Amino acid sequence: MLELRNVSYVVNDGETVEILKNISFRTDDRFVAITGPNGGGKSTLAKLIAGILTPTEGQILLDGVDITNMSITERAQNGISYAFQQPVRFKGLTVRDLISIAAGRKMSLSETCHVLSEVGICAKDYVDREVNASLSGGEMKRIEIAMMLARKTKLSIFDEPEAGIDLWSFTNLIQVFEKMNQEIQGTIMVITHQERLLNVADSIIVLADGKIDRMGPRADILPGLLLYDNTCSLLNEKVR
Amino acid sequence: MDMIQEQLLAEIADLHGVPEGAYNIRANGQMAGRNTTANIDIVTKTDKPGIDIIIKAGTKNESVHIPVVLSQAGYTEMVYNDFIVGEDCDVTIIAGCGIHNSGDQEARHDGIHEFHIGKNSKVRYVEKHYGQGDGNGERVMNPTTILHLDENAYLIMESTQIKGVDSTKRFTKGDLAAGARLDIRENIMTHGHQVATTEFELDLNGDNSSADVVSRSVARDFSRQDFYSVMNGNAVCKGHSECDAIIMDKATVKASPALSANNVDASLIHEAAIGKIAGEQMIKLMTLGLTEAEAEERIISGFLK
Repeated sequence: MLELRNVSYVVNDGETVEILKNISFRTDDRFVAITGPNGGGKSTLAKLIAGILTPTEGQILLDGVDITNMSITERAQNGISYAFQQPVRFKGLTVRDLISIAAGRKMSLSETCHVLSEVGICAKDYVDREVNASLSGGEMKRIEIAMMLARKTKLSIFDEPEAGIDLWSFTNLIQVFEKMNQEIQGTIMVITHQERLLNVADSIIVLADGKIDRMGPRADILPGLLLYDNTCSLLNEKVR
Repeated sequence: MDMIQEQLLAEIADLHGVPEGAYNIRANGQMAGRNTTANIDIVTKTDKPGIDIIIKAGTKNESVHIPVVLSQAGYTEMVYNDFIVGEDCDVTIIAGCGIHNSGDQEARHDGIHEFHIGKNSKVRYVEKHYGQGDGNGERVMNPTTILHLDENAYLIMESTQIKGVDSTKRFTKGDLAAGARLDIRENIMTHGHQVATTEFELDLNGDNSSADVVSRSVARDFSRQDFYSVMNGNAVCKGHSECDAIIMDKATVKASPALSANNVDASLIHEAAIGKIAGEQMIKLMTLGLTEAEAEERIISGFLK
């Protein structure tokens, strides 16, 4: 169960800008989609939950425990995973190194291969590759998702996992989420602009201009989102 | 050999006891063991300290270990080793120097290694430098390496200095004949007030020769590193050098690459990057559950792998 109570995030860079304003929600749905126009505060929200940013006001609770002042590491150890929108490259660390760190133990070759095959990567070619500039954006994205699979935490946040995975398919990505749901029985939170991912969400949160524009079960939110709403004109463009 | 010397050997050459194949172990200036094989001869020089390692033409899949250990405080030496590798060989040469200094005087090993690598021969040369000991005396190593690669010779040189050497000046000079290829991988980490200077000077003299020099280093605390490289393309050749450094704390790193193309078909590239550990790398590893210190350690050990 993830709960946000009146969370705000303000940056003061000469002038004060409110990135997120008074966000409150509580969810233990298995698949939550966060959507809305670019610049609406979606990635900031994910970073606040993962501990990369600290809210200027409000509280974040995981299973009833206040995690607002916990470090990134403590939150990770308490069951939060975060797949970056822009995966990070490392000179010298291999795919297997990263998967092992994510799993919290040394992974054998066959275990690593198993995780990589879930994201459609031919494991043998990749296990000992360095996660450096030689990998394409799409490969990086899939390795990022594989790390989430290896972590198996109760809350997994994906920041636009669909970007750049064109060679792979949405069907596979959705299968990965379904498999994670079966194995972990936790919450998967996905920031997305993609109708096909919104289509499988249990609930949808629409963030616009730093506020929750609306939220609720998919059946209530999705139809209006795609057809009628101006706040999501950007979303419509991306979906087309 | 005493316990300290054996432990130094394990650090620099992964040696536990006597190695297989040809070897020459030098401890505090004395020969502590030697073995030659039918194809690899080791001869003590008569005019100056050092040895000649002579590898017969056609020698394949053999190795030579020539570690040096110093455990006597205040001991300094200058050693000349020559490697004469015949044609059509495929061999591995493992050198290295370990210093244990528990006294207050400087302990120093200066070595000049000169390689003559015959036509079509492939050599892997591995060199590790390591220092330890709790004395105030400095541990100093100044290795000079001179490489002559004959036609189509291929040398891979891997050098590592990760720990405990207070001051080092490395100088590596090479000339390459037609079709020769030289790959150099250098890893350096400095701590405390250590100083490391590394200098390369390579002449690509023959057509279709190529050189690839990659130096990765980490400078911590108050240490200082200087990297100089000069690559002269005198023929149809390809040269690439790369200096990639992570800087931490109050350390300083200087990179001075120089390329000189003296032939219109010489293609030379240099890349130099100095910077601290990227914040996003730290954050990524922390979101995977590592502490800040663990994340830093993983990034550095991977970088210097």
